[in-house]
Amino acid sequence: MKAHQPVEQDSKEKKRFKLKTEGTLVLLLLVLAVFLTIFTRGFLTGNNLSNLVRQTAINGIVALGMTFVVISGGIDLSVGSVVGFAGILVALLMKSGVPIGLAVLASISISFLLGVANGFMVFDGRIPPFIATLGSMSIIRGAIMLISRARMIAGLPKPFLDFAQTTYLGLPALFVVWLVLILFTIFLTKKTPFGRNVYTIGSNLEVARLSGINIRFTTYMIYGLSGLMAGIAGILMTSRLANGIPTGGQGYEMDAIASCVIGGASLSGAEGTILGTVLGAVIIATLRNGGNLLGIDPFILQIVNGVIIVAAVYIDQYRKAHQK
Amino acid sequence: MYQVGKMSDYIVEMKNISKSFPGVRALSNVNLSVKKGEVHALVGENGAGKSTLIKILTGAYQKDEGTIVFDGKEVDVKDPHFSKNIGIHAVYQDITLAMHLSVGENFFLGELPMSSPFTVDWKKVYSTANDVLASLDLKIDPHMLVRSLPVAKQEMVAIAKAIYEKSKLMIFDEPTALLTNEESEELFKIIARLKSEGIGIIYISHRLEEVFRFCDAVTILKDGRYVATMPTKDTNEDELISLMVGRKIEEMYYFEHHNEPEVVLSVRNLTKKKVFQGIHFDLHKGEILGMFGLVGSGRTDIVLSIFGATKYDEGSISFFGKPANVRKPREAIELGFGLVPENRRTQGLALPLSVKININLLQYKKISHFGIVIDRNRELSNAKSFIQELSIKTPSEDAIVRNLSGGNQQKVVIGKCLANQPKIMIFDEPTLGIDVGSKEEIYTLLEKLTKTGTSVIFISSYLPEVIGVSDRIVVISEGRQMGIIDRNEATEERIMKLASGIEENSAKIESEAV
Repeated sequence: MKAHQPVEQDSKEKKRFKLKTEGTLVLLLLVLAVFLTIFTRGFLTGNNLSNLVRQTAINGIVALGMTFVVISGGIDLSVGSVVGFAGILVALLMKSGVPIGLAVLASISISFLLGVANGFMVFDGRIPPFIATLGSMSIIRGAIMLISRARMIAGLPKPFLDFAQTTYLGLPALFVVWLVLILFTIFLTKKTPFGRNVYTIGSNLEVARLSGINIRFTTYMIYGLSGLMAGIAGILMTSRLANGIPTGGQGYEMDAIASCVIGGASLSGAEGTILGTVLGAVIIATLRNGGNLLGIDPFILQIVNGVIIVAAVYIDQYRKAHQK
Repeated sequence: MYQVGKMSDYIVEMKNISKSFPGVRALSNVNLSVKKGEVHALVGENGAGKSTLIKILTGAYQKDEGTIVFDGKEVDVKDPHFSKNIGIHAVYQDITLAMHLSVGENFFLGELPMSSPFTVDWKKVYSTANDVLASLDLKIDPHMLVRSLPVAKQEMVAIAKAIYEKSKLMIFDEPTALLTNEESEELFKIIARLKSEGIGIIYISHRLEEVFRFCDAVTILKDGRYVATMPTKDTNEDELISLMVGRKIEEMYYFEHHNEPEVVLSVRNLTKKKVFQGIHFDLHKGEILGMFGLVGSGRTDIVLSIFGATKYDEGSISFFGKPANVRKPREAIELGFGLVPENRRTQGLALPLSVKININLLQYKKISHFGIVIDRNRELSNAKSFIQELSIKTPSEDAIVRNLSGGNQQKVVIGKCLANQPKIMIFDEPTLGIDVGSKEEIYTLLEKLTKTGTSVIFISSYLPEVIGVSDRIVVISEGRQMGIIDRNEATEERIMKLASGIEENSAKIESEAV
């Protein structure tokens, strides 16, 4: 019991540190918002904000799925292609007369299965996640080009297109979908055995195995979830852009990974939170939006984006090194 | 106090070293002085401050107070680079070599000799490495990749490298933890050589027999404080242990046994090709079945097979009289097996996660509503009750397991298994690398477990321990079961003979087979 006294202080210290990651991000975001409000005319307008929120939502949803993969110690490079695939597939199905609901359901299910296929390669094939999903990224993109003949698919049903423009309780529908998925994924990570298993697998596969965790099933679900989220994002993207676009979703995997990493997830696994990822996604989108409003060259913005990713990881490593 | 000789006899003198971490005073006024050509043991329980002291000496940590005099001059060891430059080298349990490079390259990391401005003088690299290795009578080809060598050889390479780098003080931190007896002997020879060359040696080990075998002096730490320094010839094992913990060792093994006749587990003719053959035993209710064999004898593979973690080729296992064909650890856990694996860090614990999560790791399905939503109250109370029951020293149930000491980590692994209320517990080297206090707590736990009818398979390389705790002992040599010996017939000599394959207790095997 004598060790108890100093120890309690220690745990308070830890909590303060934990708050720091997400707290820093919130602070950074506030500074950014204040800065943009002062120096641009268009930032704090309803139009711009709802636009910002819509764009963030799509990337943000992809990042939610990616968070599970990253926590498990893996990576999913195929999500951008899955976004594009779901976006094209839903458009093709609707064009060929399939009812909207069914088209959406089918696209989401197939996206989920594409993810499970990644999980299959990773678990059963023992292919490193980077390679497995690099392969499927290319395969799926090729499939998109094949089924769409690399042409845009226009003339989609009006109720489908309207969805991206509607609002619920004054909030854009896309944002509402994102919010629901955020709550769902927070629930998964914090409250379910599945969530615990993802963290355990991310910390050590052998420990997970000897602890009786069903690694096969969990791996399928992790990558399945990533595919599922990318599928939902793809459908929303098509609704928002009013067309099925064969190149849609390209590079989204980078945004998603960046969101996770800025949000404090570690690519070596077992670290990361949904909240962190959400903040990461919002920061990336705000920077991009603000940059556009300020008239900064988009190429320079891309550079800034890269710098932020590196800086975020550096700060995180620094913090960890000085924790002891 | 132990203070003979002039100042200059000492290679290092650490005086009144203190160090605090946020909220914890890790060291207060600790002294450690090592003479040239002396093997100086540093002992104490885990958490006593040994590693902190060494880390200060090697520059990994900075001291808050105190002085370090090295080779006659006061020094400020500001980083590990500095300590290397002045001639302090440490050989850790986990080898710090570049695994994917050759042995020779490892001697010259960062400063490869050049034959021209752009080309490496490989001839010199390998001939130099070869000379150093040969001077230590080590038969290691410097062209080999480090990772292709067995752990023991890797350790020798690390030592040879330190010698090449003109070490004046060498620190060995639990060097024999991963070595077989023969390999340890080889290491002791090298240590004797270093000593004869006037190099000072700090030797950290939990194995006190080693301390008495070749260390000249011993410094004891307890709870971050300096206890004493003595020449080893003036003390003995009992005194050391009582200085470290305040208890005597033979008392630790003494407990009541609760062996009942009911057979819980029968293993029949279990065989895994090229690993083990014809393993054959019964485990009774409340029994502690020791399993003894040298490292590499296949004992770990045997228990992993029983646990479903590796496949076996032939034989059968039955559990309470029913055939149990376990193919996955998950199935074993559901049946009521618990495994405390050999390596807690790579097999037992999710290191970056909290104590709470680790303790509940096998429980999450059970403590969830509908198997989906975790009952947070049960999760917490589970963790709290095992932290208390096993007296795990942790800041809170949310503390990260990586930051706990070895003994406490081991208790978390045990708690994880116990939370599942196992009928059979398998302990694979549970006391390896943990302090005397935690060891004693594990023995007490064995008594408690068997009292409630849990059966135990207990693997250990430390003979007095196996003999001390077991009801019967299965002796394994090179994958073969050499015999089963009753507690009252067990002597170290007899077991060693069986384990080294000199003698086979065939009568015993036959009687068991009926």
